[in-house]
Amino acid sequence: MIDPVALFVLLLSASTPILFAALGELVVERAGVLNLGVEGMMITGALAGFAAAYHTGNPFVGFAAAALGGALIAMPFAALTQFLLSNQVASGLALTLFGLGLAALFGKPMEGVKAPAMAAGPLGLNWIVWLGLLMVPAIWWFLNRSRTGLVLRGVGENHDAAHALGYDVRRVRIAAIAFGGAMAGIGGAFISIATVLQWTEGMTAGAGWIALAIVVFSNWTAPGVLAGAWLFGGVTVLQLRLQAAGVRVPVQLLSMAPYLATIIVLVAISARQKFSRRAGTAAPGSLGQDFHALR
Amino acid sequence: MNRRQLIASVAAVTTISLAAPTWAQDEPLKVGFIYVGPVGDGGWTYQHDQGRLAVEEEFGDRVETTFIESVPEGADAERAITQLALAGNKLIFTTSFGFMDPTINVAAKFPDVKFEHATGYKRAENVATYDARFYEGRAVIGTIAGRMTKSNKIGYIGSFPIPEVIQGINSAFIHARKVNPDVEMRVVWAYSWFDPAKEADAAAALLAEGVDVIMQHTDSTAPLAKAQEAGAIGFGQASDMAAFAPTPRVSSIIDNWAPYYIKRVGQVLDGTWTSEATWAGIGDGEVVIGEITEAVPAEVKAEAEALRDRIGAGEYHPFTGPLNKADGSAWLADGQVAKDEELSGMNFYVEGITAEIPQ
Repeated sequence: MIDPVALFVLLLSASTPILFAALGELVVERAGVLNLGVEGMMITGALAGFAAAYHTGNPFVGFAAAALGGALIAMPFAALTQFLLSNQVASGLALTLFGLGLAALFGKPMEGVKAPAMAAGPLGLNWIVWLGLLMVPAIWWFLNRSRTGLVLRGVGENHDAAHALGYDVRRVRIAAIAFGGAMAGIGGAFISIATVLQWTEGMTAGAGWIALAIVVFSNWTAPGVLAGAWLFGGVTVLQLRLQAAGVRVPVQLLSMAPYLATIIVLVAISARQKFSRRAGTAAPGSLGQDFHALR
Repeated sequence: MNRRQLIASVAAVTTISLAAPTWAQDEPLKVGFIYVGPVGDGGWTYQHDQGRLAVEEEFGDRVETTFIESVPEGADAERAITQLALAGNKLIFTTSFGFMDPTINVAAKFPDVKFEHATGYKRAENVATYDARFYEGRAVIGTIAGRMTKSNKIGYIGSFPIPEVIQGINSAFIHARKVNPDVEMRVVWAYSWFDPAKEADAAAALLAEGVDVIMQHTDSTAPLAKAQEAGAIGFGQASDMAAFAPTPRVSSIIDNWAPYYIKRVGQVLDGTWTSEATWAGIGDGEVVIGEITEAVPAEVKAEAEALRDRIGAGEYHPFTGPLNKADGSAWLADGQVAKDEELSGMNFYVEGITAEIPQ
């Protein structure tokens, strides 16, 4: 009755915005920075990307602008947390509120106009969907197999040790924050350029928070992020698809399933930590801690 | 500042605030608005804000309006409404169904402030309610939908299963089926008034089911964008959504709150305001059918416009019997017209819709 292939295609595009944002946040958190500003960076990317796509008529220019916009809006956060050592949670929340307000303000002239249509990529899927899927192995390889990725993880696990070894903790973290911003920006722009084709205030509607949850769910791994994004996206499209087919489904129960799954995963991980000697969560050791070089 | 100065200034401030009511008459009437979404949503809230601007235009210096946007439905709404009341607003419009209980609660604490709650049913001495007969508009676009569908499957994206939305689904279905007996209706609940990504997913799910006409009771243009991709058609919701004309947006239901807002503000200004329930429709200009584009054949357009005019003139009620409920039980006898009380509590589908309303 429901074609699983068609359902999978729906899942792929539904999960793309959160996949991008969560992959970006994964790299940021592996560098030891907790950036709660994902929603603000996404909405900034959604606006910057939409405006660029609208004015140039080229959606791909739009996505490039979205990446740039997301990275730029994250820079005040980087300055606050890396140089002024302000609290990362508070600064991240401020970034979300700032991004939402700024985008609303500068988005006024963009209301009511429509983005240029985007040609589909291979297999009828959007190019950005493909890019998102490619980013998963790319980021996995970067974190686990490349030297730069090793340095980044070192900075995130123990910034004092990384500093003692001569690595520039601050520079690594600022680069990671910029990358996280760029990824969140692309994720947001996917909603405005590829999904809705219009700019409206608050259009990311909480996707940034889901991305943050997915990073925890993934236990800080790239394949885990993909699984989380597909779980969230999959449950959403499955329940909508079942409703469309006229199957009676407990919508509320299905909607809470991904959150329930996140809690179960967290409980399982901490139980493993408690009852066995093996390492528990892969949460980076220095996550959310300020770094101040004393020597 | 030493203690004596402090006491003096506190005393001065107190005197001023106590004295305030005596010259309040000459001040403009302060009117507050609580919005559920952002002003820039291009739909529901945008139209309420257009109404607010029309009030400013009409009364100029005699009124002063403020609004708080993106107020979540629920406990936090009470804080936002209280804030407006404390700020000296004498008339406050709360513009979403979920603000009903918060409005009633705050109104009890501010007996000299007048409240207007949109789409609800709880009233008090100082709380009036107002609503638009959106189902009249749904009858018109339902007719277009029934004529335009080739797969005989119409999709409907619902927000929440509340009477206002269920009226719309029933009205659209009744009139689609009137012109096309083979029509089926597929309903998807998004559980949000405004979530573009989810609305797009909902539209995609409907399209995958073979639907080729999409109606929506959610506020973003995302379903229209998805319809365009798939070569299906849809309708503007709350606002005209003209950016998607001539196709996929072939027509629209526009909420026009300006006449009501101007009337009620005028009544507060001249002291004739009373708490009442207003439910206006096409005839009062509160529900407007947006331009029907050339994507619709001329005879279908004429048929839809004729229906619109008959509803507007009061010659025809969209819920006229014979009509049965979905469970097969009789609802309206031949020629019988649904009462407003029945409609405002509507919690069932009419016969022919096979889905079930989530509880």
